[in-house]
Amino acid sequence: MSLSEANEALAAEIIGWFPRPRSALIPLLHLAQEQDGYLTDDAMRRVAELVGATPAEVKGTAGFYEMFRFEPVGSYMVNVCTNISCLLWGGEELLDHACETLGVEVGGTTDDGMITLEEAECIAACTEAPCLQVNYRYRGRVTPDDFDRLVDDLRAGRLDIPRHGALSAVRQSIPAERLAGVVPPEQARAAPVWLERNSVEAAS
Amino acid sequence: MTAAEPQVGEEVAVEIEVDGIAMQARPGELLIAACERAGTYIPRFCYHPRMSPVGMCRMCLVEVDTGRGFSLQPSCMVPVSEGMKVSTASEAAKKAQDGVLEFLLINHPLDCPVCDKGGECPLQDQTMAYGPGETRFVEEKRHFTKPIAISETVYLDRERCILCDRCTRFADEVAGDALIHFMGRGNHTEVNTFTDEPFASYFSGNTVQICPVGALTAAPYRFKARPWDLSETVSTAWVDSVGARVAVQASRNRVLRVLGADADAVNWGWLSDKERFGFEALNSSERLSAPAVRQRGAAWRDVGWGEALGQIAAALGEAPPERVAVLGGARLTNEAQYMWAKLAKGVIGTDNVDAQLGDGLDPAIVLSLPRATIDDACRPGGTVVLMGPDPKEELGALYLRLRHAVVNDGVKLIEVTPGATGLSHLAQHTLRPRPGTTAQLAAALVATAESSPAADRSGTAADSGTASRGTGAAGASDADSDATNAADGIAGTGVDRSEFEAAARCLSEASDAVTVIVGRASLAEPAEEVEAAAIELTALPSVKFLPALRRGNVVGALEAGLSSEWLPGRVRLDDAESAESLIDAWPRMPETAGLDAAGILRAAARGDIDVLVLLGADPLNDFVDRDLAYRGLRGASLVVAVDLFMNDSSSLAAHVVLPAAGPTECDGTFTNLEGRVSPMSRKVTPPGTARPDWMIAADLAERHEPGSASDLDSPEAIRAELARVSNPHRLITEQALIQNALEGMLLERSDTTGEAGGWRRSGRPTMGRSPVGRTEPETGPAGREDNAGTREETPDGAFRLVAARTMYDDGVMLRHCPSSRGLAPAATAAVNPADLDAGSLGQGAAVRVVSDFGHLEATLVTDLGVPPGSLRVNWLAPGAPANALIAAGADATMVKVEAR
Repeated sequence: MSLSEANEALAAEIIGWFPRPRSALIPLLHLAQEQDGYLTDDAMRRVAELVGATPAEVKGTAGFYEMFRFEPVGSYMVNVCTNISCLLWGGEELLDHACETLGVEVGGTTDDGMITLEEAECIAACTEAPCLQVNYRYRGRVTPDDFDRLVDDLRAGRLDIPRHGALSAVRQSIPAERLAGVVPPEQARAAPVWLERNSVEAAS
Repeated sequence: MTAAEPQVGEEVAVEIEVDGIAMQARPGELLIAACERAGTYIPRFCYHPRMSPVGMCRMCLVEVDTGRGFSLQPSCMVPVSEGMKVSTASEAAKKAQDGVLEFLLINHPLDCPVCDKGGECPLQDQTMAYGPGETRFVEEKRHFTKPIAISETVYLDRERCILCDRCTRFADEVAGDALIHFMGRGNHTEVNTFTDEPFASYFSGNTVQICPVGALTAAPYRFKARPWDLSETVSTAWVDSVGARVAVQASRNRVLRVLGADADAVNWGWLSDKERFGFEALNSSERLSAPAVRQRGAAWRDVGWGEALGQIAAALGEAPPERVAVLGGARLTNEAQYMWAKLAKGVIGTDNVDAQLGDGLDPAIVLSLPRATIDDACRPGGTVVLMGPDPKEELGALYLRLRHAVVNDGVKLIEVTPGATGLSHLAQHTLRPRPGTTAQLAAALVATAESSPAADRSGTAADSGTASRGTGAAGASDADSDATNAADGIAGTGVDRSEFEAAARCLSEASDAVTVIVGRASLAEPAEEVEAAAIELTALPSVKFLPALRRGNVVGALEAGLSSEWLPGRVRLDDAESAESLIDAWPRMPETAGLDAAGILRAAARGDIDVLVLLGADPLNDFVDRDLAYRGLRGASLVVAVDLFMNDSSSLAAHVVLPAAGPTECDGTFTNLEGRVSPMSRKVTPPGTARPDWMIAADLAERHEPGSASDLDSPEAIRAELARVSNPHRLITEQALIQNALEGMLLERSDTTGEAGGWRRSGRPTMGRSPVGRTEPETGPAGREDNAGTREETPDGAFRLVAARTMYDDGVMLRHCPSSRGLAPAATAAVNPADLDAGSLGQGAAVRVVSDFGHLEATLVTDLGVPPGSLRVNWLAPGAPANALIAAGADATMVKVEAR
């Protein structure tokens, strides 16, 4: 069964929202990804059947969107930004650290199937550089220590982050101190993380 | 309205200026097409005149000024407008084209020396003409795995692809099989199929032809030749009766490639893969290359032509004319068909001739009904009644034309078939009459359409399939009475009332001529039913018919007189007045009317046929009754096969085989289902001593009666005699053929309404408009017909058999064609899912389908396209021929399904 019974019912409802079944393609793909964590071939075939397209058309359309995955991924997708602002504030180093901590290459998934690590282009949170996303939930100003804590918390299930693919009607909530915007002077750091680390390394 | 004002529908030219030269364009025409017509070629990759423009490649950028100054615009996306100024060679345009090419070449590998497209590659050519000459890109190019097979015959080299969207557009828009698509995004975009789902389209080869680079290549041609080694001739595809125009390309006396030629009236450049790759069979080493003879039970012995023909001539000399029969001939050119018709009827004097093997239509239907052209059927806004086989399976190029007409040109399709076809999802109205009720339904349709108030045409109900009955008080009462009439007319047909009424309304509102595509949807039903239905539909105003016969040049065969009771030129054997010119040209005439295929085989089975000639015929596999074919073949004293290959029938029963030249090996003409005569051209020599069919017939005629064919020593001479003796052929002259080299010439239309308002069937008394019985009044071998199914209710647990052809089957040509050998689907028995619930057998079960006459082994599948109570088998599956289940002349075949 490519879609569960409950999801079949939901799919029928979703198709009903649109004047043409084909228009329901993207929402149905989200549904399929929520079910399996990624888009399985069987699910895409079923979606094609439901909307009256060929499987090739479904896969071709889904392939346009990078948030649809065609291979199994961990429960948590961690995307580390290495674009210009994050690069300047230590994104590359953060990514190196993440690879080391998790023991995976970029694009890899940990053996326990919990975490997939990816490098991301700008995720539009430059004020919070270096930043990353966990299942598309932002975390800013991440230090290597922050990252290790994050991994521990994820593995221990201490964070309220649904597994990859889960659709949520709840908007992300950002802690007050993490809110983007003008940083009050008293909260501003003296130097970027990488500068701090470099100076520590230089001193030792 | 003054005379100067344009009439509605009249085209007004749009004045534009291209590179400073004023020219006229058609309204709505795309700039790129207008410029090309005026002689200014704008480079392009994605634009294809037979598909919708997409503006993908940007190669056709030109400067356009519509009053706001010049700006770069893709000329394939811009329709012409009044006063438009275009600069195709300005500095900006040249720089843009140069830049686009440099970008296209960034990731394009430099494997031109080993690329099949090299030498005929638009990318190569346009780089030379418009490109930068050298690249500034020094980085690593994108790499993909070198060619991946996206289907059995098509290979994809993604590195070479420039993402022009031609192949994917073709698959989606033209073929309707969107099995390839762009995958991925940005720099990673590639054309590909879905995982494990190959590009299994009947039309996949077209994508290779339209690919502007070497990304798509066809297995049969890969690394076989370079374009400059090939020489080409325009010819006609021979595998089905659409007669698509093709370019046959050969090198060193071997055909290496067949491409579609863009004949606007026929195939628009498209071909089915069978037409495109079918030539491979002609190169097979299994081809017959020398005459051979055998005594019964002995081995084959190659002999010279003299000995083989002498043996046949001796047998013909001894046999009384009525004990000689000729079966088949649809493979032949018109000239060869005429020569064989003359040999059989005019020289030997037998009328036992049939080019169809019980799988076609009565020649009266094909020859006498007003015939439509493909363009008639596809005229925008027209109405088509499909009352025949699935065009997608049987007549590929016609399917593409029809599909385009329905999807893009508002042609309304009314489907009257026993099951779903490749066009069902596009049909405006679908009627599924129970087998045996098609004629009744046709009569009811005509009656209801005629009684529909014509005034409604202008009303709101006009041609909307969903319009409900009764828009006003008067309309309502009319509709009610119509409904009552219809209720009487369609009782027992199993057709949905509202769908029927909608279809009838659609027919009555058809502003243009209605085209009926008439043919055999199921070979398990006799032809009479659909023929009677066609005759009913002649009552529609200005209706025309397109005979959907499958076999290559079968219409040509009927026109040339290769059919019992008919002479060349649509003249009946008993119509001495019209046959005068023939009587002059022929030594004699058959004295009595002869037998059709079923009659010939019955007579042979009784031992009443001394010489049976198989002209490329394989009755064992192609005749509707395998048992009768077997007995007939065994019963004839001398069986002569004139063919390209040994087939099952000749292996079983032939005593003499004569090797014939194939379609690319002899000159001649071909007549397609419209009656369009187009040239077939010799490109290579036949294998060994194989001879053209006409030459074999002429030789036999000379031996039988010296002087009867002495001046018929070339296809041209035969064509000239045919034009002399046959009225419809009289305009087919050498000069006319040259003048119409691409589209061919239509035989004179038979627009008359036949004889005395009714169509006289072959061998039957003049009939009125009512369903008729069997053609073959004679009862066959003990009791077979008595056991045949009837039109009564289906007995418990039994299904009514539907035997439908598929594109690929176990036919002898396809068997010898490497690229399609594995494509013939295995035998399946398809039933409606509703019928399966009752039984214990499930989808995928191995079953035996059993009729009163035989059985075959198949896999059970469910298919919503099969109406409840019916069971569909594919006609000629490898190892499981459906004609084993059928008895010739039976009204219907009832089958049961058993587990095995």
